[in-house]
Amino acid sequence: MAQYLLSVHSVDGEIREPMSDEEMQQSWKQIQVLEEEMKSVDALVFSGRLTEPDTATVVRPSGGEVLTTDGPFAESKEHLGGFYIIEAKDLDAALAWATKTVVAINRPIEVRPFWSPPGA
Amino acid sequence: MREADGASTLDEAEIGRIFRQESGRAVATLIRVLGDIDIAEDAVQEAFAVAQQRWPSAGLPPNPGGWITTTARNRAIDRLRRESRERELVGELTAGTADPDLPEEVGLVRDDRLRLIFTCCHPALSTEAQVALTLRLLGGLTTAEVARAFLVTEPTMAQRLVRAKRKIKAARIPYRVPEDHEIPGRLRSVLAVTYLVYNAGLSNATEAGLCSEAIRLARLLSVLMPGEPEVAGLLALLLLTESRRASRTRPDGSLMLLGEQDRTRWDRALIKEGQEIVRRCLRGDQPGAYQLQAAINAVHANAATVDQTDWSQIVGLYDQLLAVAPTPVVALNRAIAVGEVEGPAVALALVDELDLDNYYSYHATRADLLRRLGRDSEAASAYERAAELAPTDAERDFLLLGGRGSR
Repeated sequence: MAQYLLSVHSVDGEIREPMSDEEMQQSWKQIQVLEEEMKSVDALVFSGRLTEPDTATVVRPSGGEVLTTDGPFAESKEHLGGFYIIEAKDLDAALAWATKTVVAINRPIEVRPFWSPPGA
Repeated sequence: MREADGASTLDEAEIGRIFRQESGRAVATLIRVLGDIDIAEDAVQEAFAVAQQRWPSAGLPPNPGGWITTTARNRAIDRLRRESRERELVGELTAGTADPDLPEEVGLVRDDRLRLIFTCCHPALSTEAQVALTLRLLGGLTTAEVARAFLVTEPTMAQRLVRAKRKIKAARIPYRVPEDHEIPGRLRSVLAVTYLVYNAGLSNATEAGLCSEAIRLARLLSVLMPGEPEVAGLLALLLLTESRRASRTRPDGSLMLLGEQDRTRWDRALIKEGQEIVRRCLRGDQPGAYQLQAAINAVHANAATVDQTDWSQIVGLYDQLLAVAPTPVVALNRAIAVGEVEGPAVALALVDELDLDNYYSYHATRADLLRRLGRDSEAASAYERAAELAPTDAERDFLLLGGRGSR
């Protein structure tokens, strides 16, 4: 088994069509069902939704010191909005979870394997 | 007795040719057995060195493919043992150590190349990486050959291959044939890669070997997946296109349109084979984009002269193709066929609706239709626009001469 990060990114200034209450509820329900399914087969390691990127703080090394500044990382227009860490036997299995998640949340997802030490 | 006649003809080039033909099978099997692409590639390379040493004197073994796989596997075991790692794997493999001169085991082996194709063409890899891996691992091309085919430097191609293999390993792209319900989506990239390899050979006269490589791949796919109509369709399309390859360019490299080609130079054997597959596809009645393109080519191949072309049948096939592949380029080709049935005015009206302003064939087609309608000054400016966008100098010169009026 391997672990994968399914990350949901949001883009600064991107305008999305607002969801109606009904659509919102529908989406929540789908997400709940999906998360239950992940749990039932021990695929879900951890998941979370993050607050807006302007709530971020960046801590970085700077000339032997450590500097703390207002975040987020300025260079990027895309920011992590939420994520799942899942357990899957191979990429196809991880992509199957990603497909279900995309259908539920109607946003693109990046699937990335966690690094594991050689021979593990 | 094999030794006797084998020894006289087995030079280095012949051994290289046999290896290239057989290496895909060996690499595919060894990846399954060893679970590692790099170790499998290295082992097959070592087997090649052993063959170069041994075959000229000992002669060709009865089953070269099996010999290569077994020898490569034995070499890989030696290497793993030397490096004394993965003890369990070595234990497992040692049980299977075999005499390379005995016939190869069957069973799983048949599916190994299919596994490899689907891994190489996994949609999680870029198209460039899919093509490179397929040619390298299945086609047995060297990294330098793959680099040359796609006009990049060898280090760039080597890096592309390393990166793709790293992703396969790190992301755990599985080494298996997809399940039935996954096949349609996964087959798409396999067919696209094969078609891309063929077209790379078609558009580059010095890389014609890629055309044979793509046809070999398509033949292999149709043997491994006999029930897939689009696999058959692709093979037929490639065979029919290949039948005209020799007659499609002038000595200066510019393209000869279908109507201008010397049809006596078309390869009848390839046409016959392609048309038989098309007929089988028609009976199956599950039309797809490759089958329909093959069928269009089969109709062209039926006409001894361009005037005998059954254009209304071609229009009908383009209607179907447009339904499954609604792209402006298909619509353009359909309009050309419509022009042969209903005249240039109707065709021009269809062409003018298309949004293909940066596509040189669009302007070349408009130019030709305008010329046929006697609208010469408009035709001239369309030829100029086409010439600006032409992909090669020969093409540009052809268009600047007003298409020589011979379309």
